[in-house]
Amino acid sequence: MAKITLDNLAHSYLAKPESEDDFALKELNHVWTDGEAYALLGSSGCGKSTLLNIISGLVHPSQGRILFGDVDVTHASTADRNIAQVFQFPVVYDTMTVRDNLAFPLKNRGASPEYIAKRVQEIGAMIGMEAELDNRARGLTADAKQKISLGRGMVREDVNALLFDEPLTVIDPHMKWELRTQLKSLHHEFGHTMIYVTHDQTEALTFADKVVVMYDGRVVQIGTPQELFERPEHTFVGYFIGSPGMNVIPAKVNGTTAEVHGTSVQLAKHFGKLDGKVELGIRPEFVSLTKGEGLPVNIRRVEDVGRHKIVRAELFGEEINILAPEGQGISPDMNRISFDQDHVNVYVNDWRTEGKAA
Amino acid sequence: MDKTLNHKAWFLVLPVIVLVAFSAVIPLMTVVNYSVQDTFGNNQFFWVGLEWFEEMLHSERMWDALGRQLLFSAIILTIQIPLGIFVALNMPKSGFWSSFCLVMMSLPLLIPWNVVGTIWQIFGRVDIGLLGYTLDALGISYNYTQDIFAAWVTIIVMDVWHWTSLVALLAFAGLKSIPDAYYQAAKIDQASRWAIFRYIELPKMMGVLMIAILLRFMDSFMIYTEPFVVTGGGPGNATTLLSIDLVKMALGQFDLGPAAAFSIMYYLVILIISWVFYTVMTNLEKKEG
Repeated sequence: MAKITLDNLAHSYLAKPESEDDFALKELNHVWTDGEAYALLGSSGCGKSTLLNIISGLVHPSQGRILFGDVDVTHASTADRNIAQVFQFPVVYDTMTVRDNLAFPLKNRGASPEYIAKRVQEIGAMIGMEAELDNRARGLTADAKQKISLGRGMVREDVNALLFDEPLTVIDPHMKWELRTQLKSLHHEFGHTMIYVTHDQTEALTFADKVVVMYDGRVVQIGTPQELFERPEHTFVGYFIGSPGMNVIPAKVNGTTAEVHGTSVQLAKHFGKLDGKVELGIRPEFVSLTKGEGLPVNIRRVEDVGRHKIVRAELFGEEINILAPEGQGISPDMNRISFDQDHVNVYVNDWRTEGKAA
Repeated sequence: MDKTLNHKAWFLVLPVIVLVAFSAVIPLMTVVNYSVQDTFGNNQFFWVGLEWFEEMLHSERMWDALGRQLLFSAIILTIQIPLGIFVALNMPKSGFWSSFCLVMMSLPLLIPWNVVGTIWQIFGRVDIGLLGYTLDALGISYNYTQDIFAAWVTIIVMDVWHWTSLVALLAFAGLKSIPDAYYQAAKIDQASRWAIFRYIELPKMMGVLMIAILLRFMDSFMIYTEPFVVTGGGPGNATTLLSIDLVKMALGQFDLGPAAAFSIMYYLVILIISWVFYTVMTNLEKKEG
């Protein structure tokens, strides 16, 4: 086990990348702390699988270095890196039994038969397939096959890291929750570094100690779920995390006031005069409907999702979402909104700006 | 629901019945007809029952030809199937060179049988053929018209040259259908090259290989033109395979009765062996699965 360092790493699938747009993964420096559980979150095609495959050695980066501990493994083979990886779609060796499937990585590394037997039994119990151990892997359902893939990923105890590439896509919801819990307990038990790629924010936020959000080939923020929620560093993070995502409102900011279509909004901090594309980011949780004061909105519809109501409205022609707590009545004259000052973030060209205390 | 009964519907299948009758049933029945009759000419036939079949079953000539035929097919399959797989495994998986290889390999399949025979007949000649002349110049005794071993080597190499591509193309199609994730997982699991072949590639190729084996068996078992053009069945009877013998008997000696009995048995042998192959291989697949 070791910490994993990415040094100036970038990757392009083209032979001769010319502009930055040619890179599937843009230049990146990051250290994955030993023993932490990370989630790599982002929409499809943002480069997260590329990053994962570079770490496991299936893809060789166009530039930069990867270090495991202090050893440069940039050009080392997958086998030498001693990594376990589970893929999005189940990969099982059809002609083998479930038991042989689980034993395969251990056999290939020359483990003793007694150890293999014991370990396979443990993993079989962990994925809930003890009864099927002697069945052929062919003909099993997709989620049973994926459980075998997961089991094969976890069977080696000495791996440097465990990588998961959207492993629960094909698994039914109940089992999903159970397996995720098992992965977490496995992490607590053995302390492997785990990197878990997903586009599902719930999965990312429940699994990981730290969430790495990627957007367009770039890591835009690394933080705890709390940080991602309260201080999204990039408008994409705000939009991508949260349900519904953060409201982004074009504004002019000068000092401690923001001007939204001619109406001024008080800010908690001092920002000076900002140029470029200036926007306010406010999560729906921190917007409230009011009577008589604040910004005027047209309410389009109200969705009751149980714990709270989502109010879909229009603010100067742009969509805005408001979260109204359960039990709060919504009357026809509540056609204005106000913001919780402490939770208004200011973005310049999509990146968050830190203000000075006012 | 009650079935509607309408006998006019038979007219709809009539074209097929007529077609099949003229293209298969009637010719086949003619053969059956010959196989149970004898003639002294003048188109006068008389019934002999199963005499021809009995005679053929006791004919050393037919058993010898069958033996040679089985040996030939066995050798062909043992060479072409592994070689085809090997070629497919080593072909470029994509890009220009992949297409190039595919085209090059399809070429032998497009050449008419008798042309293939002629090519090798000339290629192997000691006086003007490149192969024969070269071997002779190197001091290797090679003469397919006189030496049994040379004759066999020639027709086997010729068949391998002609048909291995078919196996390779089928195997390649099987290989191409394997998703990348399997290879990646195998790398992660540190599987050896052999293990990748044994546990990933071979199981995924089983379906197409079964087709390849069946096709190659049937084709090689019925082979006629190429060896006939090259060796004419000689030296002696050394390369007289079943079909060559059959043609000699039917058209050379005009022994229609025995030849017809021979044909029917020949047909049954192919049918039975193909059925055995198919059954064994589907069972194998089920057992594996």
